[in-house]
Formats: sequence, structure tokens, C-alpha cells
Amino acid sequence: MTDVPAAPRSTRAWLLSDRPQSRAQARLGRAYISWLRFASNPLALVGLAILLVLVLVAAFANILAPHSPTAGDLAGAQLLPPLSPGYLLGTDDQGRDILSRLIHGSRLTLTVVLLVAVITAPVGLLVGTVAGYAGGWVDGVLMRITDIFLAFPKLVLALALVAALGPGIENAVIAIAVTSWPPYARMARAETMAVRHSDYIAAVRLMGASPVRVVLRHVMPMCLSSLIVRVTLDMAGIILIAAGLGFLGLGAQPPSPEWGAMIASGRRFILDQWWVATMPGMAILIVSLGFNLVGDGLRDSLDPREAGQ
Amino acid sequence: MRPLLHVDDLKVSFPTRSGLVEAVRGVSFTLGRERLGIVGESGSGKSQTGRAIMGLTPPQARISAARLEFDGIDLLSAPPKLRRSLRGGRIAMVLQDPKYSLNPVMSIGRQIVETLRTHENVSRKVARERALDMLAAVQIRDPARVFDLYPHEVSGGMGQRAMIAMMLVAGPELLIADEPTSALDVTVQLEVLSILDRLVADRGMGLVFVSHDLRLVSSFCDRVLVMYAGKVVEEIAASELGNARHPYTRGLLNCMPTLGTNRHPLPVLDRQPEWRL
Amino acid sequence: MSSTTMSESVRAGRPFHVRAWPVAIGVLRFAGVVITTFLGLLAVTFFIGRVIPVDPVLAVLGDRAPASAIERTREAMGLNLPIYQQFFIYVRQALAGDFGTSVLTTHPVMSDIARVFPATIELATLGTLIGTSLGIPLGVLAAVKRGTLLDQLVRIIGLIGYSVPIFWLGLLALLVFYAKLGWVAYPGRIGIAFEYSFTPITGLYLIDALWQGEWEVAVDVFRHIILPAALLGYFSMAYISRMTRSFMLNELGQEYIVAARAKGLSEARIIWFHALRNAAVPLVTVIALSYATLLEGSVLTETVFSWPGLGLYITNSLQNADMNAVLGGTIIIGSTFIGINLLSDLLYRTLDPRTRA
Repeated sequence: MTDVPAAPRSTRAWLLSDRPQSRAQARLGRAYISWLRFASNPLALVGLAILLVLVLVAAFANILAPHSPTAGDLAGAQLLPPLSPGYLLGTDDQGRDILSRLIHGSRLTLTVVLLVAVITAPVGLLVGTVAGYAGGWVDGVLMRITDIFLAFPKLVLALALVAALGPGIENAVIAIAVTSWPPYARMARAETMAVRHSDYIAAVRLMGASPVRVVLRHVMPMCLSSLIVRVTLDMAGIILIAAGLGFLGLGAQPPSPEWGAMIASGRRFILDQWWVATMPGMAILIVSLGFNLVGDGLRDSLDPREAGQ
Repeated sequence: MRPLLHVDDLKVSFPTRSGLVEAVRGVSFTLGRERLGIVGESGSGKSQTGRAIMGLTPPQARISAARLEFDGIDLLSAPPKLRRSLRGGRIAMVLQDPKYSLNPVMSIGRQIVETLRTHENVSRKVARERALDMLAAVQIRDPARVFDLYPHEVSGGMGQRAMIAMMLVAGPELLIADEPTSALDVTVQLEVLSILDRLVADRGMGLVFVSHDLRLVSSFCDRVLVMYAGKVVEEIAASELGNARHPYTRGLLNCMPTLGTNRHPLPVLDRQPEWRL
Repeated sequence: MSSTTMSESVRAGRPFHVRAWPVAIGVLRFAGVVITTFLGLLAVTFFIGRVIPVDPVLAVLGDRAPASAIERTREAMGLNLPIYQQFFIYVRQALAGDFGTSVLTTHPVMSDIARVFPATIELATLGTLIGTSLGIPLGVLAAVKRGTLLDQLVRIIGLIGYSVPIFWLGLLALLVFYAKLGWVAYPGRIGIAFEYSFTPITGLYLIDALWQGEWEVAVDVFRHIILPAALLGYFSMAYISRMTRSFMLNELGQEYIVAARAKGLSEARIIWFHALRNAAVPLVTVIALSYATLLEGSVLTETVFSWPGLGLYITNSLQNADMNAVLGGTIIIGSTFIGINLLSDLLYRTLDPRTRA
């Protein structure tokens, strides 16, 4: 490698080389080009910044939060308005600092979103690729099941499930996961169908690759970029459903600082102490906006077909 | 006879992220009521030349010409409304693939009637009559039936005839045919061409025939422009093609196989960078 | 073997030919899809209601029910039968509209739902009307004026609509338009003054009031419905405008648009007739989906606005562990979803000549 005639002058040139010397270089180069496209979209960068802040806040909640999220000052600090000394965003009816509750609540939000994504994306990918690649009755049965779940009202089904399982954040995650995987399966199937008959798949099969290997190594990677985009975009929806469950008292239970539940408890004071319900709503809005912006940016950078429009 | 179309130093370029792409770089020709072929490989600017005359250049493109005149009308300075009335009314265009260039949710008859009623103030009934006549003129045997069919219900050859009918129904004087037969089966190509040929001859229209197929163009047109990289490299009468001087033209001619001769290795088109200048 | 696959792939790559199913087979397939989806819906609610809870009887009656009632219900629910027979009975009852009795209201769940469902339909329909009538023009304009300030504005309005919790926005809207400005009426769908004098016919109050010529009532009903409907309309608009923009961009890039320009048509006709008429085909599905989403979004919206519809009924039942009512409501909303899908499918077929058999 040392005597390559045109030695790379900079990392950037090396990444952008149109004659990569190795697979790693080719992959990194493509990732770099995607990043350049992503970074040229200011809104996407705003979204990325929001998500980074969210992760940092969740990681360092203990250090960042000025007060306890659960124990309040009932005597001296009930329902203080925002910008009160020591309480930037005010306090709620139990004298708890709203900012601290929001900071700790970010952990719950992040947990719910990540758990749901980790459960649903692989399930959807597996069902979709298997159905698309196998075809025939396997496809028929799997897609029938997917369609049945797809035809359900997501939120109402999640409600019924939580009602049966009992309220709580774990059950909320299960309920959301059960209702969220079908779109991924549909999408993965469509992508699989598109590549199933392509010549490169035929070539791999000709070399004796087993169906499992074909699906795992050659079909699934083709579905990944659209799956990532879709999951990112869906995370905003997951946050909203989780918050909705919390609002109805079916998600995280008090005194846990879940943002949706915080809105529900602030609802009683909406006329006089507007901030109690407003602040957590802003938090939800900002975070799901962050996911939407990043998802949009990813779609434009990973899927040039759509970006060209 | 006064020429129908004057094109002098026509340039079309597209600003892109990686700089200005010059699709057409100074094309000049005049056209009477004759058949002019424009030949070139893809990317040579032949289609953009046709679209610039139609006024269908995408809005982000930059377009300039020393002269771009149709029947005494300066096309580049003409108000949009006038340009629009020319399109379909006096200058028409046949596109490549009827699968994509006909509106899939409108019946063929309605699409033909639409052209007519855009340019002439005729009643529904008359418009329908004339559309049926036009369908008959493109040698569709059962016009009344085809009138009510949707584009997906007809074959490619039939679709292209419908396309021709749609474009010629308002009686244009100039027709730009952009690869009108490339998407069709070989057997149908000749049929469609002969229909086009007869209509152009009968109505005394000018024709700009854009194609990548030199042989087709040479057998069909009176005169041929050979384009390469946005420029005209050779202009020659179709009958003189055998004496073409430019190496690119000779290369294109050379690429065509002839029956009864064994050609190994197959010739490869030679592209010299200095032709781009 | 592989060479045939390759050549087949070349042909399969251009799916020009619409499969021309004989009509009868098409209808049968269609019916099959609807029936299996409906059975699937029942299977899931059956699973939630009978399998997940440790004791379904307690889930239905609540844990304060007397022992005799528990025994009777156990028999009535057929819990001593094998599970497949239980499901069979469940399906038969569901088809007969029998979802059991609500613990909370002591009425049959079905009659409760029949009473509250029109309120939800009225709200979701008005919301969809608002969302569609604003969303389609905005989406078309955004696509046509792509990259301009207007496009950005539509995009941002849409993004916020995708990101904001509906119940929270509802609370803020109430705070501003009801409490501070007093422009709208709250709570419920009709003022106390008219509640007993007004006798609805269809259950859609706005239509009923107008039909009967009760202008005062109509104004009052309108003041009640406009805020929640506008809220739902905003969400619907966010979705519809975004999809319209994307479909329109796709259509405007097609060759038939070039052909339409070559014919000399005006831009207005090309955009609003040719392109939109083609974009309308997938838009039907989007609007149907948006309507379905609003129906289920009613669960949260109705809670905020105390709107006496199916959503509020379900959440009230949830809080009282009234599983019969919750699952009955779920089945009704699910069935409505299936019905909407069916309708949009049929409409799709009539709009797109390529899918007509």
C-alpha cells in the first residue's frame, strides 16, 4: 500500500477517492458522502443537535438536575411560576422542580424509544425479508398477519393491551412494539421483492449460497438504509404514543417523571398555572421534532432517489 | 420558400452542484418544410435542442441563442402566452415512449380532444369528430373504440399512433419527433415511421427527427445533423452520408453491422477529446 | 437454471401488464382479505380479553363482584369450554353485535357504542374535511413552488404537526381560545341550555340542527365542535399536505407532463388537472388513512375536550377496568378501519383505470 502511485494527500481526498483501494475505504467513502449530504441540510443538523443534547441530558441527569425529580418542597415551593429563583421552569403542585423532572424524564423517553426500536426493527426486517424472498405460501401467510396488524388502530390496540397487562412503562413498551412492527415488514418485503430477481442475487445463489446466507448477507443489507430512515421517523410517533399512554395514566406511574403523565397532572391547573402542563409538552415537541428532522435528513442523504425530488 | 425555423448559436446549460453542465453548445441550422434528422449518442444534446425549440427546457436551465426564430417569431423573447399557443398549435412534439408520455388516467380520445380544444374554439361534438378523423389518419382501424380506451389498454405501436394523433390534431406546421420509435418493437417501428412520413408529406410540415439511429435517420430524412458533446460536428445531405468526412460520423456509420460480412473484432466508437472543442 | 432466472428478471423488471383477474376471483379474494382481517381483529381482542388476564371474569366484573356473580359470569362466558370453542362463541357473539355488558354503565356495550359513536364520526369527519381541503392545495403549491419560502413553510407546519402531542396542543388551544378569548364553547358537544330541548335524529348534531332549522343550536354546536375539529384537521393537514407534495413532485416529473406542456396546455391545467388527477389515485389511500388515524386519535382528543364520543367512552372504561367496553370499542374502531380500507380500495380502483379488471 505504501507505493500507491497517487498517494492520498488528505483524509478527505482519501475518502472521496473514486478509486478506493479497499472495501473499507469504499464503505467509509460512501458513509462520508452520505454525511456530507446530511450535513448540507441545516434542519437535519438542528435535529441531530437536539438528539445529542437529549442523550447527554439523559446520561448526566443526576449531575444536571438541580433538584430531586420526585421529592418536592410542599411547604415553600408549590406551583411557582417559571424563572422563580432556583426553579427555572417553575414547580408543580407538589413543589417539585419541573426542570429536574424533565431532565430525569428524558431517560424514560429515551428508554421507551430505544426498546421499541430494538424490538420492532429486527422483527419487521426478518418477517419482511423472509416473506419477500421465500414467496409462495410463506409470503402469503406472513403478509396476511402483517396486514391484519396493519389494519388495526395502533393507539387503541395499545390501550387495550395495556389495560389487560396493567399500567406501567414495560407494558407500554410491549404494547407499542406489538403494534409498530408491521410497517417495517411491509417495507422490507417490498425492498426484498425488488432485489430478489436481480442478477447479483442469482450470481450468489449460483455460487452455492444457502437461502439463509442470501437473506442475511445480501438481502437484508439492501433494506437497512430505508429501515433506518423509517425507524428514525417512527421514533417521533413512538414518543407521542408513549406520551399519550402516560397522559391517560397507562404508562409510567407516579411519581415517575414521565412527560405525558406530567401533562396529565398539570391539566388541572392549566387555567391558572399554565406552565405545569406546558413545559413537558414543549419537551415532547422538541424531542420528536428532533427525530423527525434527523429522519428527514437521513432519508434525503441515504436515499438519493427521494432526495432528487 | 421562407425557412420555417432559424436556429443560430443555441446554447443550453444546467447549473448543478458540480458546476455548469453545457448540454447544447452553439447549435445552428435552418429548417424549411423538410425532414431534418438530428443524430447523436445519448448526452449529445440532441433532445435538449428539440426541447429548446419547443420551449420545454426546465426552468433552472440557462438558454441563449443569437437567433431562435419560428416563422418570424423570436421564440426567446416571445411572451409565455404566445409560446404556449405555439406549442401544440403550430409546433408539436412526439415523445419517445407512449407508456409514459400519455396521461394514464385519461382516455385516449379525451387527450386528443384536449389538444384541439386548447387551440381551437370548437364544440365538443366537432372536436370528437376531428379526433376520430385524426385517429383514422394514423391508420387506427376502429377509431371509435380506441377513442374510449385508456393508454394501458393499447399496444406500444397503437399508443404511439395515438400520441401522433394527439400532437397533430391541431394542425401544426413543425413537428419535433424525439426518438419516436426507439421504444417500439422493430416491426412496429417501420409502420409508425411510414405513418409519420405520410402525414408530414401530406400536410407539408417541417420535421425535426431526433434519433440515435443514424441509419434510420438517413433513410427517413432529407438532411442530417450529427451532434457530439453538444455541438454539430457534421451537417450532410442524407444521400451523401457515404461520403461523410468527420471521423465521428464515419465511426457511427462503421458501427452498423452489414449482412454477409464477418466483423471481428466489433468496431468501437472512437471519441476524441478535440471534437468537443 | 440461473440463466432463466436472469432473463426472467429482465422481463419482470418492467411490470407493465396489470394482472387481469377475472372479476369473480377478484371479488372473492377481496372478501377473503376482509374476512381474515376481521377474524384477526377478533382473535387479538379475544387474546387480550380472555388469555392475558389471569381471571377474565375479574377483568370483566372487577374484583369487588360477589362470588355468585363471578360463577354465573364464568358459565355465561363459557370459560369451562376448550379455547377454540370459546373463540367460536366469541366470534358468533361479536357478529351479532354482542360485546357483553358494560360494568360502568350497566348497559350492553353495543348500545353504549351506538349512542356515542356518532359524536366521534362527526368530529373525525369534520377534521378530515378541514385537513383535506387545506392539505391538498398546500401540498400542490409546495410541490409547484418547490424550494421557495412557501415550500419551507408548508414543510415546517407539517413537521410540527408530526411532532406535537395532540392532547397537549388541545389543552393549549383550550387555554387560549376558550379560557382567554372565549371564542369557543366547552365542554362537550352542546351547551346545557339546549341539551334537553334538542332531539337529534342522526346523532350528527351539526347536520341535525341545520336540518331542523334550529339556528341557535347549530351555532352552539359549531362553537363546541370547531376547536377539536380544527385540531384534528391540523394533524390531518400536516399528513395530507406532505404526501400531496411528494406525490405531486413524482407526477410532475413524468413524461406525460412534458407531453401536456407540448400540447400547449396552461400550467394551471397541467398542475390541477393532469398531475393532481394522477396524484389523486394514491391520495385516496392517504386520506382514508388520515381519517382512520383521526378516529383513533379521538381517544386522546375527546379526553381533552370532554367530547362524549367513543374515545372518551374507551378511556373512561379503561380507568374503571371495564374490559368489555374497552374491547368492544376496540373492535368497533378496528372494524371501521377495515371498512375505510375497503372503501379506499374500491375508490382507488375507480380512479385508476389500470386497476379496473
